[in-house]
Amino acid sequence: MGNFSFRFETFWDILVNKGGYRDVITGLQNTMTIAVVGLLVGIVIGTLIATARVLPKYKRIVRMLDSVCKFYVGLFRGTPMVVQLLVFYYVLLPLMGLRFPSVVVAMIVFGLNSGAYISEIMRAGILSVDPGQLEGARSVGFSYSAAMIKVVIPQAIKNILPTLGNEFIALVKETSVVSFVGAMDLYLAFQRIGAGTYEFMIPYLAMAVIYIVVICLITIGIKIMERSLRKGDR
Amino acid sequence: MTDNKVIEVKGLHKSFGDNHVLKGIDAVITKGEKVVILGPSGSGKSTFLRCLNCMEDPTGGSVIFNGVDIADPKVDINVHRQKMGMVFQHFNLFANKTVIENIMMAPIYVGKKKLKKEKNYNKASKKALKESVYAKAMELLKKIGLEEKADAYPSQLSGGQKQRVAIVRALCMEPEVMLFDEPTSALDPEMVGEVLEVMKNLAAQGMTMVVVTHEMGFAREVASRVVFMDEGVIEEDGTPEEIFDNPKSERLKSFLSKVII
Repeated sequence: MGNFSFRFETFWDILVNKGGYRDVITGLQNTMTIAVVGLLVGIVIGTLIATARVLPKYKRIVRMLDSVCKFYVGLFRGTPMVVQLLVFYYVLLPLMGLRFPSVVVAMIVFGLNSGAYISEIMRAGILSVDPGQLEGARSVGFSYSAAMIKVVIPQAIKNILPTLGNEFIALVKETSVVSFVGAMDLYLAFQRIGAGTYEFMIPYLAMAVIYIVVICLITIGIKIMERSLRKGDR
Repeated sequence: MTDNKVIEVKGLHKSFGDNHVLKGIDAVITKGEKVVILGPSGSGKSTFLRCLNCMEDPTGGSVIFNGVDIADPKVDINVHRQKMGMVFQHFNLFANKTVIENIMMAPIYVGKKKLKKEKNYNKASKKALKESVYAKAMELLKKIGLEEKADAYPSQLSGGQKQRVAIVRALCMEPEVMLFDEPTSALDPEMVGEVLEVMKNLAAQGMTMVVVTHEMGFAREVASRVVFMDEGVIEEDGTPEEIFDNPKSERLKSFLSKVII
């Protein structure tokens, strides 16, 4: 550990004086936007899939929709996020003749991927709400979709908030794979700092600390949200 | 006479899979009538009531409400349900909304739709709508003596209070008929009275009511007609005196001998 202070000084020099902090800030920004947009897109997709899958199944079209949703969920849960990212960026988009910035591609893939997971979380949430809530809303004349949006889904979200928090934390951490398609993220930022001196100990340690701090903040945020949503069941 | 029909049921059948619950029911409910439906458990009385506003879709037959067959899947059932209030055994108040929000939600939803249709949807009209609904909701709450609970959540109310709020929630839509599905069965005995009191007042105001209940005293006192159901058919149909004092069928006699009046 004798040269620890020397190592730290080199790291600090690159980080502060040689502009390494710019990468770190961009990386942190990308990490957060990809995770947040991914979560929001995931909640929308997940809620739609979950709602489609809890519909009463006497109609053929509903059963078909159910199969399509099952296929989607199976596909996205059955392959790693990195693979989905690579396939999207290097196979699907070129085939369609499109080019998007890698951060945008990452947002799309993270959204599609978390949509698959959130659909199952949301389905459990919807099933956890007393069926009487839907009946009560239908009885005063709300349509099925209005009843779901106004009464059932808010209660479902309250019930699944801790699990959604898990999903968000997993997304934040999983952004460390977006450098595979060339997007700047926390990992790539610190990897570059380390690559300048072939000295990775301090940069990677700093990266771990930043991840922990970010996730602690998110955890606190989720706690606060949970408390405000629980006001209905004192 | 025909003008007074609120609901007309023709050849109503309902099956759950292989379980044939309703086996052809014909009934007419006229304006201002208070119909109490009795019957042993499993006789299909709750299913019958739930078919009246298509909470359960009938398997066959028709339910004609204000001249429209609402059992027809092409009919927009939501529009008609707004005019048919329903009260459930387990209250079904929205757990995520306060008492006043529970009552105001549906009238505001319907009112906003109407404003949009009339192309009169703006801040001022929305505000006016909210104020008028709020005034009506508070007035109804006052009638049942729960105005100080307006901002409470359902979890903070007793069972009897919840059920009274549920009745008000249905009333705020100004329904033409009220359907009660065992409204006092989930209540502690000392709370049954307060709910029945609200229902009696409602009956006195001339509301058309269809009530599934085990409260024989209420049936005798309030009902203008009592319907006895057994095994998915209407077994006997008459005034409370006819049903309670002069039962004709064996099944009704044995049912009455088992219940405490």
